[in-house]
Amino acid sequence: MTDATAGASTAQPRTRTSTSLLTPDSRTRRRNAAERRFKIYGLIAVSIGLLFLVLLLSTIIFNGLRGFQQTFVTVNVELLEEKLDKNGNRDPADLRKVSTFGYAPLIDAALESKLETLGLENPFAKASDLRKMLSAGAPAQVRDFVLENPDRIGETVTFRMLASSRVDGYLKGRVTRESIERDKNLDAAHLDLVDVMRESGTVRKSFNWDFILGADASESRPESAGIGVAMIGSFYMMLVVLGLSLPIGVAASIYLEEFAPKNRITDFIEVNISNLAAVPSIVFGILGLAVFIQFAHLPQSAPLVGGLVLTLMTLPTIIIATRASLKAVSPSIREAALGVGASRMQAVFHHVLPLAAPGILTGTIIGLAQALGETAPLLLIGMVGFIASNYPESIVDGFMSPNSAMPAQIFEWAKRADPAYYERAWGGIIILLCFLVVMNAIAIILRRRFERRW
Amino acid sequence: MSYAKISASALAIAALSATAVSAQSRDNVQVAGSSTVLPYASIVAEAFGENFEFPTPVVESGGSSAGLKRFCEGVGENTIDIANASRAIREREVAACAENGVTDIIEVRIGYDGIVFASQLDGPAFTAFTPSDIFNALAPKVMVDGALVENPHTMWSDFNADLPAAEILAFIPGTKHGTREVFEEKVIAAGCEATGAMEAMIAGGMSEDDAEDACLEVRTDGRSVDIDGDYTETLARIDANSNGIGVFGLAFYENNTDKLKVATMSGVAPSTETIASGEYPVSRPLFFYIKKAHIGVIPGLKEFAEFFVSDEIAGPDGPLSAYGLVSDPELSATQAMIANEETM
Repeated sequence: MTDATAGASTAQPRTRTSTSLLTPDSRTRRRNAAERRFKIYGLIAVSIGLLFLVLLLSTIIFNGLRGFQQTFVTVNVELLEEKLDKNGNRDPADLRKVSTFGYAPLIDAALESKLETLGLENPFAKASDLRKMLSAGAPAQVRDFVLENPDRIGETVTFRMLASSRVDGYLKGRVTRESIERDKNLDAAHLDLVDVMRESGTVRKSFNWDFILGADASESRPESAGIGVAMIGSFYMMLVVLGLSLPIGVAASIYLEEFAPKNRITDFIEVNISNLAAVPSIVFGILGLAVFIQFAHLPQSAPLVGGLVLTLMTLPTIIIATRASLKAVSPSIREAALGVGASRMQAVFHHVLPLAAPGILTGTIIGLAQALGETAPLLLIGMVGFIASNYPESIVDGFMSPNSAMPAQIFEWAKRADPAYYERAWGGIIILLCFLVVMNAIAIILRRRFERRW
Repeated sequence: MSYAKISASALAIAALSATAVSAQSRDNVQVAGSSTVLPYASIVAEAFGENFEFPTPVVESGGSSAGLKRFCEGVGENTIDIANASRAIREREVAACAENGVTDIIEVRIGYDGIVFASQLDGPAFTAFTPSDIFNALAPKVMVDGALVENPHTMWSDFNADLPAAEILAFIPGTKHGTREVFEEKVIAAGCEATGAMEAMIAGGMSEDDAEDACLEVRTDGRSVDIDGDYTETLARIDANSNGIGVFGLAFYENNTDKLKVATMSGVAPSTETIASGEYPVSRPLFFYIKKAHIGVIPGLKEFAEFFVSDEIAGPDGPLSAYGLVSDPELSATQAMIANEETM
């Protein structure tokens, strides 16, 4: 083929007249123009990609940052003995009998006295209407305090309570006086009070650690929902994934790469591993439901089951990465080891594996990051709902008792009715992204630091 | 060598912990089912966890049918204790339950929920509907000039001059939702009878049962869209389509009054009062179902059920009512029923 064209071109009469290298002929100009065009296409593609990235990140940050701030109201609550401890003996069992409903009147009284000190009048006939300014979790906050400090009954204690989600939305600009007109959860009179209380410093917006560390909350108090418990759930799941998929994955790939005979069976296994990496994750969820919950009778919604399902998903990724990095170790290392009398196993474990370790770790971390962000399989094993409400009491409890995971919690928040959950969903995405960025950064650092080239 | 040891011991630990699980007994109540009941159940679960020594129950959603299916999987710690449902359990489901050994079921009615038709706040003036309007808009066959024909309507004003001249587009709950059943029975079927379409079907040679079934169908030309997700999905669709009409629960609407406006049904505006009095026609009872075999086995199950229907929680001044539940006037009967563990 090349011979033929070369022969043809020599046979043709020379048509080019210009011989100077400084003045390109038309054909060269065309080729150069094509190259310039291609560069421009590439630039356009990259900038479209960048534009979307910037758009995505700015939307996430713009919507999510509000979730990290929360409005608090400072209230002095008088812990009346006749309400909280009728017998006066501070017996914990007696104290527990007073439910959160018994604490509500104390908070109403505290709010009223707060208004008095500010020179305001209570515009509401019903006492509980005034309490709509505060989170529905306020009585529980006071009750928990009393149960922990029974000796403080009778005193007046200052509490920093969460404001209700509507009041919080008003300070954040999500709720306006127009939008509140048709809302039965809050009246304009509340907002008038909030305006005055804000000037006096009673109502204040500040950073909310409970969003990062706290438990999920029901729909009557979106202001107190946090992602902390779901984060612990994700952590335990990642422990399971790491503890199972790293040893299994590495052992499988060492065997396949270094010891397995090359035949139809190993070929078949190889093809299937590559195919497994492309299987949609929801399939692993259904498999997990059938095998781990319905057949093996493991508990529902447990991080252990979530971890097992995600292990199945991560294994192919780790095996492929490990095999690639084992392959990248130069054969001369193996041969040298065998040459000085090492057994094949010694050659692998003493020489090949340490050199392949950075690549294996990178693959593992990227596999874990993928598993951390996975939601679909968790839907099927019952990790979405009102679940992440208890901190695990022990390590075993952490694996066994029902919990959610970060992406599942975000999904759940995005579904809920109160618009306050919307900003929390975005805030959760920011936290999840931070984890992913850190994990990927560690993978890059490991690769840069320890990788050797031949 | 060490690697092999490590992986072997990791496997052993995993196997051990797995067996430890089956031995360890579950100490929290597990609930699943209707996404309409989910917010109420989670409010109760949270208050229960605060006020009792038991851990906070776990509440999952997924729809009434999915929840009852899981409920009926059998008796034992790896099955759920309570199924939430926005409709009563069906005979078929009771039979499926019995087949798997779930025989003693306690049915608890927690209150009533209104179903509302809402549209974009700034969209066309959809402010008043009757069941006939919805039927005329969404049925595959409607009455035009006294004859039953394929639905020719494309605008709401085509069949009712009082409605705005806007394209018909409705987002209705998918078939796995309990809400769909109520929507069909209380709106579509009512409209079918009111417009005379049912009579025409029977006159056309259909048996009464067939006509009733045919009445429940909705048109499939894209003007009626099934939403299988939650109300947030319906809300997102309404946000994107100014002509869209969505079916919501009353509580969801009341949380999103800044985006939605609600339509009256047969002249009655939906509110907890009109639903309690029965004036607002489209409402349904909400239920949960308890596995009696689990009472005494799962700690806190009976206490949770009793707490759920206590006056403090489900009564007219409780947090459930504040969120949008219409409280049941016969609550005390329900309380007694749980106390005596009366099964269906």
